[in-house]
Amino acid sequence: MFVNNDVTNAMAKEDRHVIKLTDPEHPVILSTEGLHVYYGKKEALFEGDLQFASNQITALIGPSGSGKSTYLRSLNRMNDRIATVTGKIMYRGVDINQPDIDVYEMRRRVGMVFQRPNPFAKSIYDNIAFALRLRGVTDKHQLDEIVETSLKQAALWEQVKDDLNKSALALSGGQAQRLCIARAIAIKPDILLLDEPASALDPVSTGQLEDTLLSLKAHYTIIIVTHNMQQAARISEYTAFFNQGRVLEYDTTSHIFTNPSVQVTSDYVSGNFG
Amino acid sequence: MKSTQQLERQLKRRSKAAKLEIWGRLISLTALLLIVAVVVGIIGFVASKGIATFTSNHVNLWDFLSGKNWNPGITDAHGKPEVGALPMIVGSFLITILSAIVATPFAIGTAVFMNEISPNKGAKILQPVTELLVGIPSVVYGFIGLSVVVPTTRALFGGSGFGILSGTCVLFVMILPTVTSMSADALRAVPRYYREASLALGATQWQTIYKVVLRAATPGLMTAVVFGMARAFGEALAVQMVIGNAALMPNSLVSPSSTLTSVLTTGIGNTVMGSLQNNALWSLALVLLLMSLVFNLIIRLIGRKGRLQ
Ligand SMILES: Nc1ncnc2c1ncn2[C@@H]1O[C@H](COP(=O)(O)OP(=O)(O)OP(=O)(O)O)[C@@H](O)[C@H]1O
Ligand SMILES: [Mg+2]
Repeated sequence: MFVNNDVTNAMAKEDRHVIKLTDPEHPVILSTEGLHVYYGKKEALFEGDLQFASNQITALIGPSGSGKSTYLRSLNRMNDRIATVTGKIMYRGVDINQPDIDVYEMRRRVGMVFQRPNPFAKSIYDNIAFALRLRGVTDKHQLDEIVETSLKQAALWEQVKDDLNKSALALSGGQAQRLCIARAIAIKPDILLLDEPASALDPVSTGQLEDTLLSLKAHYTIIIVTHNMQQAARISEYTAFFNQGRVLEYDTTSHIFTNPSVQVTSDYVSGNFG
Repeated sequence: MKSTQQLERQLKRRSKAAKLEIWGRLISLTALLLIVAVVVGIIGFVASKGIATFTSNHVNLWDFLSGKNWNPGITDAHGKPEVGALPMIVGSFLITILSAIVATPFAIGTAVFMNEISPNKGAKILQPVTELLVGIPSVVYGFIGLSVVVPTTRALFGGSGFGILSGTCVLFVMILPTVTSMSADALRAVPRYYREASLALGATQWQTIYKVVLRAATPGLMTAVVFGMARAFGEALAVQMVIGNAALMPNSLVSPSSTLTSVLTTGIGNTVMGSLQNNALWSLALVLLLMSLVFNLIIRLIGRKGRLQ
């Protein structure tokens, strides 16, 4: 072990390694600049400076308590009443961390799926129609159509098309999670934030969920928190490594997993962490 | 051989702990049986007394439930005693329903404020206030009703000021804390992730409260309201002090009327055990008892339905 560590030590060159994106095919759609998050007096995120490429999947990895959820929830202002968030969150050139931003309108563009599948105690149909109805869509044909396309995009349509009026609470964990994705994409957001969406699912459901995310990439920019290294490696183009409230490394996923620049990242992805 | 016997003796001997356990069970079982006996006794007693009006005094049940004249000492032109309980039954239901209708929006509004809008202030101020209000004895409410509500009603609507309206006002204040704190419990029981899901879909806080939280809490809120109604239905002292105690059909909200409980508390001391006057009051008590059973049943049904959802 010690020997091995010494060898990797020799290869690791930097303390912190965060790239800037330059891919013209996938321009930056969302970025954070000097983001700090405080729960009361306690600082939970010291600096999150990341850029997210449009129509790509970015994975956020790191040990428990490293601030991944804190960071992700700040992106669509879900931390508003819980924490103090300072710094800039630039979305298509607009700082959405300003007090005069209409967070409800913003969240329509930046959707979120949670760790624990959380369908409402309503029918499958009503779950998906919920956000549309809030926005005044009442036309039955239009609703039907959006419910269908959303369920198809979330790869759930075939399984539930005859049960649209049944309670969403009767779905299995994997189905419920895909329903939550369908519900989130029904309002056609730009960006989809997912916080460990597969952690409550079995391997088969997880695989299906990953396929769903890969197919959604064509329409949405996806940012996903995951504890599953293989998952990050399988589906993401970019990976950010969080540790103790800081982004220690951000680069392409292949770089992070094959040739990380920071020692701690290397320890973490190779399982020598702790 | 010897050691086996010794072991057997050791294992079979009742240890101190085992004896204590038997005692513990015995004591709690006795307590339980005692309570069951008391409850069964009360129900049996009220029922047997209440039925006596119909069995030994031969009053027609329908006359009792639909008659409008309450004057058990007097017989009417047909030689039948005047034991029409309808005015009191109507009075009780009217006052219960009206106070619930008035109290519900206030209670739910306060609960929403306490739980959703300003949980900090809710926990610091409203919670203790609510608990304090629950603890105030009903005679105090009645006294305040007598010295504040009745004169106000008199000034506004004329008449004596005694009546259903004053009773409703007093009961509204009395059941408000209970309904509020039970509603707050119902809201608190709605999982946080429902709220998060709704907010993340771009719903405003008000939309979240209205479309998600209140919907999910509906069974609990209904239980709270029925609970408040049960309390209003059974309240005697405070109501008796402000309602006027005239066993007449309430023809307006500001004319003196009576409820089952108020007639009972004013009348029961002035009758002779076993007389028709006394039995008729027991019949009213039986109606009260049956109604509280019905309220309990409703609460249970709502609870079960809520769990099935
Ligand atoms: N609501 C909160 N109030 C106070 N502190 C919090 C809150 N949520 C998170 N924290 C703290 O912020 C730090 C980062 O937590 P966070 O949930 O962002 O970690 P995480 O990387 O998502 O961990 P996990 O992998 O376990 O989900 C932790 O120290 C945690 O205790
Ligand atoms: Mg987390």
